[in-house]
Amino acid sequence: MDKVNKINTDFLISREKNIYEVIIGLEVHAQVTSNSKLFSSSSAKFGAEPNTQVSLVDAAFPGMLPVINEFCVKQAIKTGIGLKAQINKRSVFDRKNYFYADLPQGYQISQFKHPIVGEGTVVLDMPNGQKEVGIERLHLEQDAGKSIHDIDPQHTMVDLNRSGVALMEIVSKPDLRSPDEVNVYIKKLRSIMRYLGTCDGNMQEGSLRADVNVSVRIKGTDKLGTRCEIKNVNSIKFMQMAINYEANRQVDLIEEGKSIAQETRLFDTKKNETRSMRSKEDAHDYRYFPDPDLLPLEVSDDFVEKIKSEIPELPDEKKKRFIEKFKLSPYEATILVSDIETSKYFEEVVENSDVKLATNWITGELFAVLNSKNLEISESPISSKNLSKLINLIKDGTISGKIAKTIFELMMDSDKDPQKIVEEKGLKQESDPKALEALIDKVIVDNPDKVKEYKSGKEKLFGFFVGQAMKDSNGKANPQLLNDILKKKL
Amino acid sequence: MTEITSQSLTELIKNIKEKKISSEEITKSFVVRSEKSKSLNSYITEDFSSALKKAKIFDAKPNFDLKLPGIPIAVKDLFCTNGLKTTAGSKILNNFVPTYESTVTQNIWNEGAILLGKLNCDEFAMGSSNETSFFGNVQNPIDKDLVPGGSSGGSASALAANLTPITIGTDTGGSIRQPASFTGTVGLKPTYGSCSRYGIVAFASSLDQAGPMSKNVKDCALLQEVISTYDIKDSTSIDFKRKNYFKELTKNIKGKKIGIPKEYRVDGMPNIIEELWTNGIEYAKNCGAEIVDISLPHTGYALPAYYIVAPAEASSNLARYDGVKYGFRSKGENLIDMYEKTRSEGFGDEVQRRIMIGTYVLSSGYYDAYYLKAQKVRKLIKNDFDEAYKKVDAILTPSTPSSAFKIGEKTNDPVSMYLNDIFTVPVNLSGLPAISIPAGVDAKGYPLGLQIIGKAFDEQNILNIAYAMEEKINFKNKITDWWIK
Repeated sequence: MDKVNKINTDFLISREKNIYEVIIGLEVHAQVTSNSKLFSSSSAKFGAEPNTQVSLVDAAFPGMLPVINEFCVKQAIKTGIGLKAQINKRSVFDRKNYFYADLPQGYQISQFKHPIVGEGTVVLDMPNGQKEVGIERLHLEQDAGKSIHDIDPQHTMVDLNRSGVALMEIVSKPDLRSPDEVNVYIKKLRSIMRYLGTCDGNMQEGSLRADVNVSVRIKGTDKLGTRCEIKNVNSIKFMQMAINYEANRQVDLIEEGKSIAQETRLFDTKKNETRSMRSKEDAHDYRYFPDPDLLPLEVSDDFVEKIKSEIPELPDEKKKRFIEKFKLSPYEATILVSDIETSKYFEEVVENSDVKLATNWITGELFAVLNSKNLEISESPISSKNLSKLINLIKDGTISGKIAKTIFELMMDSDKDPQKIVEEKGLKQESDPKALEALIDKVIVDNPDKVKEYKSGKEKLFGFFVGQAMKDSNGKANPQLLNDILKKKL
Repeated sequence: MTEITSQSLTELIKNIKEKKISSEEITKSFVVRSEKSKSLNSYITEDFSSALKKAKIFDAKPNFDLKLPGIPIAVKDLFCTNGLKTTAGSKILNNFVPTYESTVTQNIWNEGAILLGKLNCDEFAMGSSNETSFFGNVQNPIDKDLVPGGSSGGSASALAANLTPITIGTDTGGSIRQPASFTGTVGLKPTYGSCSRYGIVAFASSLDQAGPMSKNVKDCALLQEVISTYDIKDSTSIDFKRKNYFKELTKNIKGKKIGIPKEYRVDGMPNIIEELWTNGIEYAKNCGAEIVDISLPHTGYALPAYYIVAPAEASSNLARYDGVKYGFRSKGENLIDMYEKTRSEGFGDEVQRRIMIGTYVLSSGYYDAYYLKAQKVRKLIKNDFDEAYKKVDAILTPSTPSSAFKIGEKTNDPVSMYLNDIFTVPVNLSGLPAISIPAGVDAKGYPLGLQIIGKAFDEQNILNIAYAMEEKINFKNKITDWWIK
């Protein structure tokens, strides 16, 4: 097996004489969050019965004409602003012509020469620092329908619900260098679009998929190698596996003195390999030309300015603010802003409680619970209000951290007010020095031998006394106070 | 009273409003005459019994405030009609019944008109003689075995033969004006964006435009007023202030400047056309218009540019006819085989020829040399008109380079067939309005038309000029009813 070195975030492939680096560019297809389709009024909702969300336009009936959905245009511009990209005031819809059973018009309406969004940037937070990835463009296009081959052995079934749904194709520059960067890039894109409400980023439902362009070159050289495009990969894990396989395949070819053919490949998730789909020679001639049914799309400055005014605080800005305002570490801030719902939850909690404790409880206990139950933070069994109460109970000494964990467990069942749990279960921390002295006196009296040993130098036994006193208090003794008093007494 | 079917639209409306005749009587007359005229093959689909029912309903509760009260109308079979088969003259749509109505026809029904049936046309409007229709040739009522022109051949034939009082056609490169010229009738191609394309089977989207066809200019103005509306369902529909073309129609064109483009005097143009044009200039002068010589220097490139742009768009527009969703489907071994068989059996030769031309000119490596260049030429042609309209209000030309020809005469020579459109295509490429009015006959007595081209959105002006000249020309169509035994 070939050795794969990991130097920083670079993904290098070493062979006897050469070390190769991998050049990756992504074409991400993100479904626009919108009630209706790009050029028709039918619903764009996922999961409906087949062919129940199909208008005459979507099914390309004779004489039917596309009419642009203004909301989708807004969403694309919003996303463009989120990618710090150039917004093109004039863009053109073209027809991409090809025949397929799930493409009713015989062409896909897409933007070829004049996309709505031009160059932009996405910042990745890598373990060893930040990295900028260039965005080449973002354009709007229609999705095709879905061909289903496994219902009937003789026939292919076609579901047109997806036909005409608006997609944003976000094309990166070939700036990515490793599967790890691809992972962070996709997550960052998804995070930005979720903040903006322009794409839900749900990969299971196909709202986010990508074509992955991979090439390799000897590290230190400038010239890009011949690339292969791996079509339609629908999970980050598969993207990473496909890149790993494909990069090694290309390196093998070069090492054997063979050349790499520019082609489109498919990733077989079962066999974990990429396979040739069609060569450059067999590539479709899409015969792009401006769609004569649609005039060029022109947006005014006011239109764009209005959208700009609606842009919420985005992850990068939020992270900066969190670091400054809450004194979080960059690592903590990155985690807390990665998802807009998490950041909202965090801000709700810290509004009324301690930041340090809130950060630890959210990234620790709460994330662990959500992960184990496979829940989104918006579905959290514990509300931000009650978590902040719990933190306040710790902070003011009403309960110990240990008791807090017990209460946290109890809160999960019914999102119960922690104050009430404390009262009902009598879990309030014992912080009365007199009561604690009584406890300690009892422990001292009961264990004269141990006291003797301790006094003769066996200081390790201190823990024993603490444990005994704690046990006698049913775990409710204030540990700090207990320590202090015990030291004095001994 | 004149025979009902010989009456013009405006006469019929007057008579129906004065309760001299009922919608049922009118409808029955056109149905009876249409029944006797089957040999013209003007209709693809008749809807006579339904029309008679609708006429009775109208008579029971007539609304004379409508613009077309109880008037029966047959329309080109390129307009989708809800519940009635719409074929576009093609085998591939031979079984297609729309569940929706085109905006243009809906506008007509909204004004009280009644659908008589669907009229024959060249397949997907691709042709200049109605010979490419899957449903066979259409006879020109002017003479036996004479083409009615195309692609709105069935419309022109039915209109000239008095099978419908008015009709609508579509004009992509001359498909209203040329058949109007060949049949001694009036045809208007409105400004691009004037009439909605929603529900019209597309041929070439950037050129297609529906328009009225009638027996006189007055009827034409009225029908244009009805069909031209802004429509949000067509993104290329234009929201401009439409005039009351009928109400504002006037013969006073005194002082209007009419341009005569020298480039339309093409090589090999028959003397009779030259003569027609010269006479037309005299008529215009007699109406008080001022004649101005103008130049439209890029005219010669219009036809080649058109035969690149139109097939390019058509090749893409017709991709949807693949046997998957509706229409004709041939059995195939697999998807590709099914496509190939469906489309080679479902489309006729001319349609296939244009799909191939269109596919070729859009192919990578040829796009710049053909499609892009043709679009540049198109811009130059439009610029020519813009320049000319700084000096003149309208332009007068012949409608066609010849009168109607015999069926079969040009079927084996597509280029000679395409030359029919030489005077009409520059107008489509520029998106301008133009009207053809009958203005004379050739040696055989076959009608010839003159074309008046206007500025964009200036339909009123060319209708007025046509209206004034129509009176001076005083053309009478000679229809002998030779086909009725």
